[in-house]
Amino acid sequence: MMYTFSNRLRNLAIAFMAIGFLGLVYGFFTAPKTIEEAKAIVAASAHGDEHGASHDDASAEALHDTTDAHATDASHGPHAAEQEGHEMSHDEHVFHQLSNKPWAALYVAAFFFFMIALGTLAFYAIQRAAQAGWSPVLYRVMEGITAYLLPGGLIVIAILILSSMHFNHLFIWMDPEVVAHDKLIAGKTGFLNTPFFLIRAFIFLTGWTLYRYFSRKFSLAQDDSKDISNHKKNFRISAGFLVFYIVTESMMSWDWIMSIDPHWFSTLFGWYVFASMFVSGITTIALITIYLKSKGYLEFVNDSHIHDLGKFMFAISIFWTYLWFSQFMLIWYSNIPEEVTYFITRIEDYNLPFFGMVAMNFIFPLLILMNSDYKRVNYFIIMAGIVILLGHYMDVFNMIMPSAVGDQWFIGAAEIGGFLFFLGLFIFIVFTEITKAPLLAKGDPYMGESERFHY
Amino acid sequence: MSTKVIHALYDDDDVLLSAVKEIRSAKHHIEEVYTPFPVHGLDKALGLEDTRIAIMAFIYGCIGLAVAIAMMNFIMIEDWPQNIGGKPSFSYLENMPAFVPIMFEMTVFFAAHLMVITFYMRSKLWPFKKAENPNPLTTDDKFLVEIELHDNEKELKALLKKSGAIDISIVEKQE
Repeated sequence: MMYTFSNRLRNLAIAFMAIGFLGLVYGFFTAPKTIEEAKAIVAASAHGDEHGASHDDASAEALHDTTDAHATDASHGPHAAEQEGHEMSHDEHVFHQLSNKPWAALYVAAFFFFMIALGTLAFYAIQRAAQAGWSPVLYRVMEGITAYLLPGGLIVIAILILSSMHFNHLFIWMDPEVVAHDKLIAGKTGFLNTPFFLIRAFIFLTGWTLYRYFSRKFSLAQDDSKDISNHKKNFRISAGFLVFYIVTESMMSWDWIMSIDPHWFSTLFGWYVFASMFVSGITTIALITIYLKSKGYLEFVNDSHIHDLGKFMFAISIFWTYLWFSQFMLIWYSNIPEEVTYFITRIEDYNLPFFGMVAMNFIFPLLILMNSDYKRVNYFIIMAGIVILLGHYMDVFNMIMPSAVGDQWFIGAAEIGGFLFFLGLFIFIVFTEITKAPLLAKGDPYMGESERFHY
Repeated sequence: MSTKVIHALYDDDDVLLSAVKEIRSAKHHIEEVYTPFPVHGLDKALGLEDTRIAIMAFIYGCIGLAVAIAMMNFIMIEDWPQNIGGKPSFSYLENMPAFVPIMFEMTVFFAAHLMVITFYMRSKLWPFKKAENPNPLTTDDKFLVEIELHDNEKELKALLKKSGAIDISIVEKQE
């Protein structure tokens, strides 16, 4: 049975893209162009705070004003010149952070949706390589999601290229001026240099896309084939891909995320990003499957398939938390300054998103999905799924924003716009791909087992 | 008092499963099934009530978590505060990340051990208990279905034969 992309959903996707685009344009437009503008923005927000406080106690404000005046007087002491110099560099720093903000918002959203497609591709390859008997009914949904891999990856790489052309300061190691004054980064230039960085990015994306292209091709060819040669080919390339994937995924996470903090490193970072993309991918498979079922498609998918996806969502959420905590605890315990600064900025400046993310990605799915029966109720899967996806958006946000914009973050037009734009693009590309092939991969040798699958 | 029961022996778990479904659809009450290993789906085929061990596991886990928190608070904070790696040992909350592995392990330990003990008590198993299974073959590779007889010997025998039983015997059961 073929799926037809309903007009309502298509219009919704286009509306998301349009609204998101406007939000992004607004974000870029209102970002400060000069240091003076940045100063004005910071002053305006500081003024707002003071104004709010003055409602509590007028006399306190008066007192505050006099102390302020004293402080200003004091600064005209012998160190005035030094103070001035520091102020300038601070203002410049804030300016860079604020002009980075729309770029970082764009990058977070672009990477998040790209990561869903890549995580789904890994899940798909595991099903193929393991010759799983339960999941073949979901192959066409997974193949639909992975269609976003190439466009999404190209957008991420386009942002990386723009960064390397100094349109923004997301990756400070790309700035030769910074490297010249920084021994630690200078020691890493053998790996962290712009040409090698971009070559690696293209190698990663080419490898993933080639696997995606051929596995889709063999999967479609298997539909009307009399033997299972296509299935066997798919098995072989999937096993090969998984080896390539786990190496390149790890390197990709160092390159595209960890190098935003070029001084900081964590040896399990690749696994951490993997857990995040894996659970996001599985959750998206579950949400799209339930959506298609609610529209009367995928009648061969039963409660047990949803139940198994729910188990994966539950298990990988806990796996993510395990890695999140392992990374945190070792760095917290050893308390080495260059390592621990990573968590200090997150706990001080990003307290709510940093710990809110743990509630969304761990405590909520843990409690909601623990009961076996709840994993068979679509409502619970949808509810847990939406929270998990938003939680992993926050996860990417927490990985990128603190080093890109420091304490100047807020969820504004650019962040919401970026999320909506890529959400719309994702829905558009994924559902267009799903219309292109029958929803049942009927030639798969395990299809019978999958259709009869029950728990 | 003694009751007459019929014992049907099967040599395959799939056959057993379909036989159980057949017997139940013919409205006979199955007393017990003895198997050498847990047969997937047998509890549903027999119409057994859902186990409540899951909720017990959750409660046991919560007890373990609470014990770990109280234990570490007493050992490391109240009784003998120690300075390990310069961490503040006078505040439980500030030292909490160091205790998370212990909290996790105690949760698992309590849930696992108390669950096994609960299972033993619920199944009336204890050391030196005499085995209940009527045929030692069920500890090897055969499956046995026990049905109480109510003057329907002939009918039942035919049904069991049809369902694939390899041996059928009638036993007087002492209670």
